Amino acid sequence: MAATEAAAHGGAGARATAGKTYGGGVLSWLTTVDHKRIGIMYAVFAFFFFLVGGLEALLIRLQLGSPESTLIDPDLYNQLFTMHGTTMVFLAIMPLSAAFFNFLVPLQIGARDVAFPRLNAFSLWVFVLGALFLNASFLFGGAPDAGWFGYANLTSTQYSPGMRIDFWVLGLQILGVSSIAAALNFIVTIINLRAPGMSLMRMPLFTWMTLVTSFLLILAFPAITVGLVLLMFDRTFGTSFFNPAAGGDVLLWQHLFWIFGHPEVYILLLPSLGIVSEVIPTFSRKPLFGYPFVVYSGILIAFLGFGVWAHHMFSVGLGPIANTVFSATTMLIAIPTGVKIFNWIATMWGGSLRFRTPLYFAVGFIAMFIIGGLSGVMHSSAASDLQQTDTYFVVAHIHYVLFGGVIFALFAGIYYWFPKMTGRMLGEGIGKAHFWLMLVAFNLTFFPQHYLGLHGMPRRTFTYQAGLGFEAMNLMSTVGSLLLGFSILVFLWNVIRSLRKGEPAPRDPWGGATLEWTIDSPPPHFNFRRAPQVHSRDPLWVEGGLDVDVNDPAAPEPHMPSPSLWPLVVAVGIVTAATGALTTSLAVALAGVAVILVSIYGWAFQPLER
Amino acid sequence: MHLPPNERMTVTRHLRRVPAGVGRTLAVATIAVLLASCGGPFPQSALEPASDFAVLLDDLFRGIFFWAVIVFVLVEGALLVAIFRFRDREGRRRPRAVHGNTLLEISWTLAPALVLVLIAVPTFRAIWSVDRPTTDPDALVVEAIGHQWWWEFRYPELGVVTANEMHVPVGRTIDVRLTSADVIHSFWFPRAGGKRDVIPGRENHLWFRMDSTGVFYGQCAEFCGLSHALMKMEMVSETPEEFAAWVEAQRRPAFGTEPPAPPATSAEATDDADGDAAPGGGQESPPPAGAEADTGGVWLTPEQRRIVEAGQQAFLSSGCIACHRVAGTPAAAGVLGPDLTHVGSRRTIAAGILENTPENMAAWLRDPAAVKPGVLMPALDLDEETIRALTAWLDILE
Repeated sequence: MAATEAAAHGGAGARATAGKTYGGGVLSWLTTVDHKRIGIMYAVFAFFFFLVGGLEALLIRLQLGSPESTLIDPDLYNQLFTMHGTTMVFLAIMPLSAAFFNFLVPLQIGARDVAFPRLNAFSLWVFVLGALFLNASFLFGGAPDAGWFGYANLTSTQYSPGMRIDFWVLGLQILGVSSIAAALNFIVTIINLRAPGMSLMRMPLFTWMTLVTSFLLILAFPAITVGLVLLMFDRTFGTSFFNPAAGGDVLLWQHLFWIFGHPEVYILLLPSLGIVSEVIPTFSRKPLFGYPFVVYSGILIAFLGFGVWAHHMFSVGLGPIANTVFSATTMLIAIPTGVKIFNWIATMWGGSLRFRTPLYFAVGFIAMFIIGGLSGVMHSSAASDLQQTDTYFVVAHIHYVLFGGVIFALFAGIYYWFPKMTGRMLGEGIGKAHFWLMLVAFNLTFFPQHYLGLHGMPRRTFTYQAGLGFEAMNLMSTVGSLLLGFSILVFLWNVIRSLRKGEPAPRDPWGGATLEWTIDSPPPHFNFRRAPQVHSRDPLWVEGGLDVDVNDPAAPEPHMPSPSLWPLVVAVGIVTAATGALTTSLAVALAGVAVILVSIYGWAFQPLER
Repeated sequence: MHLPPNERMTVTRHLRRVPAGVGRTLAVATIAVLLASCGGPFPQSALEPASDFAVLLDDLFRGIFFWAVIVFVLVEGALLVAIFRFRDREGRRRPRAVHGNTLLEISWTLAPALVLVLIAVPTFRAIWSVDRPTTDPDALVVEAIGHQWWWEFRYPELGVVTANEMHVPVGRTIDVRLTSADVIHSFWFPRAGGKRDVIPGRENHLWFRMDSTGVFYGQCAEFCGLSHALMKMEMVSETPEEFAAWVEAQRRPAFGTEPPAPPATSAEATDDADGDAAPGGGQESPPPAGAEADTGGVWLTPEQRRIVEAGQQAFLSSGCIACHRVAGTPAAAGVLGPDLTHVGSRRTIAAGILENTPENMAAWLRDPAAVKPGVLMPALDLDEETIRALTAWLDILE
């Protein structure tokens, strides 16, 4: 069968009816500007880095499994925890969200593609090459080792000689280029390319959260970019922005980093809130309860997210006024977050819940996210936080939000949209086994860490002495983490099995309400033969909600932009220039700049359609 | 009209339904049992407060935790009810398409806001209590200086300098002034209260009053480089009398730094030589025949004395003095490393990592980086005899 054959190529199966959609060789993937292929590549690369970050976490947990262990030396340990954080934030969760943005947003708004398809390819390749650049540090003198937050002045050349921190500084700047380009692209796409009739307040929640996240990205990344540029100047040209001995201020870095860093948390979280807001109504067979409130609370969370950064700095000694204000703003965030949770529960209330795997993960998300939210309220209290900050209590908190929350939601999204992406259903039985295993392992890993923190175990420590009472709970956590790793293998097995011989997916396997379910799985490269005309928030659930046959075979096949290699070449130029900066080789840097200039010229003058 | 179409679902296989809550209940129960079975003791726990500061934070935490548990039970409970009650069953009618309810939205906006007020009020009170400098005129000032990876403690009013082991009188306000010699650290004795960052280029404050005597454990809480995990410290909280005696002892010059004092009576010797710290078993009273008293008040045999003096010579000639100070020996005035004037009196060495025994000191001198990776102190490539002599000398610096 053609499907099996196509699925065997490149791991991204195609349905017979979709024909040539995902055909072609490696070159066709390198030059593609199709948002669906780009989304799939985002997913594959992000998942690869999720596995890398996960392996780093497992090594960390093995080292902490017993007191005073010598399994991993402190130098490697510090690289591992730095790269675990950096990888999971920048190379796993953000690009996994980007995978969903790419694949879904044009489908949900009834568009042919994103507004700037080549810029989209550019974002992908800058991310991929930037991620490889960052990880190449392992091969050249060691990976960054000053934490994902890179506090000055530990990052100065005096305390961190060598190239490790330079890899981090340059790598994050490269990744920032990718994120900002993608964010601008999605803002323009969502604002301009919606199907006729799809007013903002008829947009699917996931698209809404993509829009909000994109604004967060373009507003938050400049802050860290400024910080990184200053740090680069300190390290490369001997300036003293963060050098206290020369009048610099180490706290300047903390402010710049967290003005980015806290919105970044919502950059990681909001797409997941969007996914859950799609999955729950579908499987409750009931429209989302309080749609405008769910939208506004998402916007409010993003807005408030810019006013809470100093809650990462409660132990800095900013004084009672600052600590009172930032405690208050942080507590406020609990309100819109609570509103979302209540609306999800109200959506299920009175519904007819069909417990398929996506709903399992969505409900698991809510259950775990509540715990992460409550521990968040605990350290929104600046005074109480003086005991909790920089301990394992916070490690537990962030993992309840980012793993129990975001990763569970992303898996809900994967199980929900995998059929649309690949044309294959994932196995339900294995999916549920994956869910239960992951839920139990997750709690076994991270729940004891609340107690570890309260009992006095600081974070970012490569070992701990026997006799402090930390042994048993650390061992539990390590056992849990191994089980967690196993649960991910179960998922991978599910994916491989499904791509090989999974049940073919129909257009609408779940009874969804949004436009992506009107077209084939996987969709043809042009998505919709006729642009949909939308009359409702849930066009597939409301009679007359969609009055166009979007698959009308009589309609002509829409024109699509032609492939281009230039976005990849620009990305290569950027990473080359960064390599020049890393090795302080002017020649390499100039070569990189030359490649960028030539390829942008080529890009600009290459015709859009053949 | 809303038509969640049934026919769309027929394509997927109808699967065995696992009750959604069972596994979760099991997981929670398992965790609770395991946690109960791995109880303490937790000598570094924030949950066992031993100062006014720590008690205040603990009360605050318990208050917040109480509300968190109530919210947890209510919201997770609502979630569980929804899962069980509204599960799809044979013959269940199509759900009514409800789009929202403004009254409900207002209530579940206001309800959390009320709970937050109940958390915010005590929070703000606590902030204004702990974030302002102490007003206690009798506060004892202690300067704590963070170094990679050890702590220096100075008592400017008392003329005492020590490292990694802080002594405080119980019941008296301790005004800790925090500065850093290199990168950012964070000062944290969980049982004495919350942490406060130690920031280069700034002075930070922290104050507390211990309410019980004993040894308390602390460690750096801000990642500060390679051996951050090994930057520990201890605090000995003692009665005012014990504290005064400690201060008195710390102010005395160290062994071998003054002209020999007249032989002490055996009673004095008993008081001063508190036991087992002398090298090769420094003697308690009565002094053995042929032994003579030295300024440390420790009785040594001539052989022991020879070793100790060799150690002192080695200390002065092996480069130690470039970084270490021993009060009373003008040559040993280094400031980069810990003040060793009374290193023999300390409970631990290497910033709370090793018990202060001759064997551990010897191991440290042999290769400091093997104990504390990245440490600034170099391995001095000393022969075993010199190490033994140095250990003996350092040990007697009570």
